[in-house]
Amino acid sequence: MGKIDRLTPDDSATVSMAEPMDKGPAIATRSLGKTYATNAGETIDALAQVSFDVGQGEFVSLVGPSGCGKTTLMRILAGLVGGYSGSVSVEGRIVHGPTPEIGVVFQDANLMPWRTVLANVMLPGQVLRLDRKACEARARELLALVGLIGFEAKLPGELSGGMRQRAAIARALLHDPRILLMDEPFGALDAMTRDNMNVELARIAAEAGKTVFLITHSIAESVFLSDRVLVMSSRPGRIIETIPIDLPRPRSLDVVADPVFAATVLRIRRLLEHSTAANPHVTLAH
Amino acid sequence: MTTQEHLATRDAPSVPSRLFRWRPLPDLALTALLVAGVIGACQAVVAFGLVSRFVIPLPSSVLPALAELVTGGTLGQHALVTVGEAAIGFAIATAIGLTLGTLIAEFRVVERILYPYLVALQTMPKIALAPVLLVWFGFGLGSKIAVAAVISLFPVLVNTIAGLKNCDPGRLDVLRALGASRWDCFRLVKLPNALPFIFSGLSAAVMFALTGALVGEFVGASAGLGYLIVQANNSMDIPQVFAILLVLVAIGVAAFAAMQKARRKFLFWSATQD
Repeated sequence: MGKIDRLTPDDSATVSMAEPMDKGPAIATRSLGKTYATNAGETIDALAQVSFDVGQGEFVSLVGPSGCGKTTLMRILAGLVGGYSGSVSVEGRIVHGPTPEIGVVFQDANLMPWRTVLANVMLPGQVLRLDRKACEARARELLALVGLIGFEAKLPGELSGGMRQRAAIARALLHDPRILLMDEPFGALDAMTRDNMNVELARIAAEAGKTVFLITHSIAESVFLSDRVLVMSSRPGRIIETIPIDLPRPRSLDVVADPVFAATVLRIRRLLEHSTAANPHVTLAH
Repeated sequence: MTTQEHLATRDAPSVPSRLFRWRPLPDLALTALLVAGVIGACQAVVAFGLVSRFVIPLPSSVLPALAELVTGGTLGQHALVTVGEAAIGFAIATAIGLTLGTLIAEFRVVERILYPYLVALQTMPKIALAPVLLVWFGFGLGSKIAVAAVISLFPVLVNTIAGLKNCDPGRLDVLRALGASRWDCFRLVKLPNALPFIFSGLSAAVMFALTGALVGEFVGASAGLGYLIVQANNSMDIPQVFAILLVLVAIGVAAFAAMQKARRKFLFWSATQD
């Protein structure tokens, strides 16, 4: 399990030893800011001065209350939103739009209902004009990785919510991006399925050797999965704290009984409560 | 596990509705009874002279009239003319509707230029154009095809625009995050996503095209089922009028069944049916 060793908290700083040093962090944001204009002519600061690094092979989560600008940040990183201040670099290069180094998993699986599961996973290959045969072989491997063997010919409408999200993860990995960007991927799932998906995600990220940046409003999820957790406040969205997660890997669901886990969850919870005292809509569920 | 099953069933596509689904006997028997009852009542009402034979024909005289039409040898020819006019008109409407609808949905400039005209045209009863179209396209097939095309264009056009504009932004984000071109977004997401809408439009357009062809023939023609109806009406041959109506019902049902078949083939993934 060498790949998992690589994800120990010790090398969570910026650069993993397994990667070339000159590449720099997988993701680096500097002074990101985004302002929206409302219909009334007012302006809302969705993000302000957001700077952080995600190291190569690192699993970093961002937690924050609903409406704190998490999704705005995710859309900027995915290259779906422009008009922001500051900069985003991926693998040491400043980017201004979508980049093939990032695979995105959205809150909704967003599978195409007219395509079979296999054809859905192969979709990025069609967009990026990759070789069809190679794509199909890789799609089958990925479906095995996410535990969907035997569902290749099914339509998304025939799958459960958790299975659809697995297919969406496989799709995001098809073109072998180095970074997986996930926006509340399990937010729509029930608690049991969500726990199982978290275990699966930890395994998939480790096996595929990917850098993961996960946006979530579940504190427990972020602690369970991450090497580091970024805590965000709302209005404007700012990173108020970076919490290293000092738990050994691989982690099982039993880790919730670990005092370190409980203490870390509590610490993040306090930070969020403190930062959003005026905002009662903090989600502390899960 | 139960939750997963629940999720699976909740989103499972429903079994496609079939036109000729085998129904339990009681329903079928009731339907037959109703038909027999209505026909019997008509027969009685007309036979006892309560209603004139020139208003409602004796049901017993309709079948002989139909037989006469069929054995007369010209029915097939006239039916072919009407169906041909409707089919060509439908094809033209589909081609124009899909192209124009796509341009309007995809390009703001086209939408701004054409929209006022489309609204004006859509609110106008297009059947009123039939006499003008007769003058423009002549007494032959051309004017009927034109009427069929004009009135079946709008359902295709409107539904194409609605389908392309109703695209789920989440699905588009999947492609945009890959840096997909506009063309890829269109062919891989927007167009398949619009297909249920487009099929609804096409289903309506098929019936509109048949109506258009018939109206075109009413206005002035020398062939077609509409022409036959006018001829029979003028000679007070009401049983023949009703016999032709039966033929039109058969054509309409066949066209509807063909559309349903195409829908099942292309929209196997869609739970929405109309």
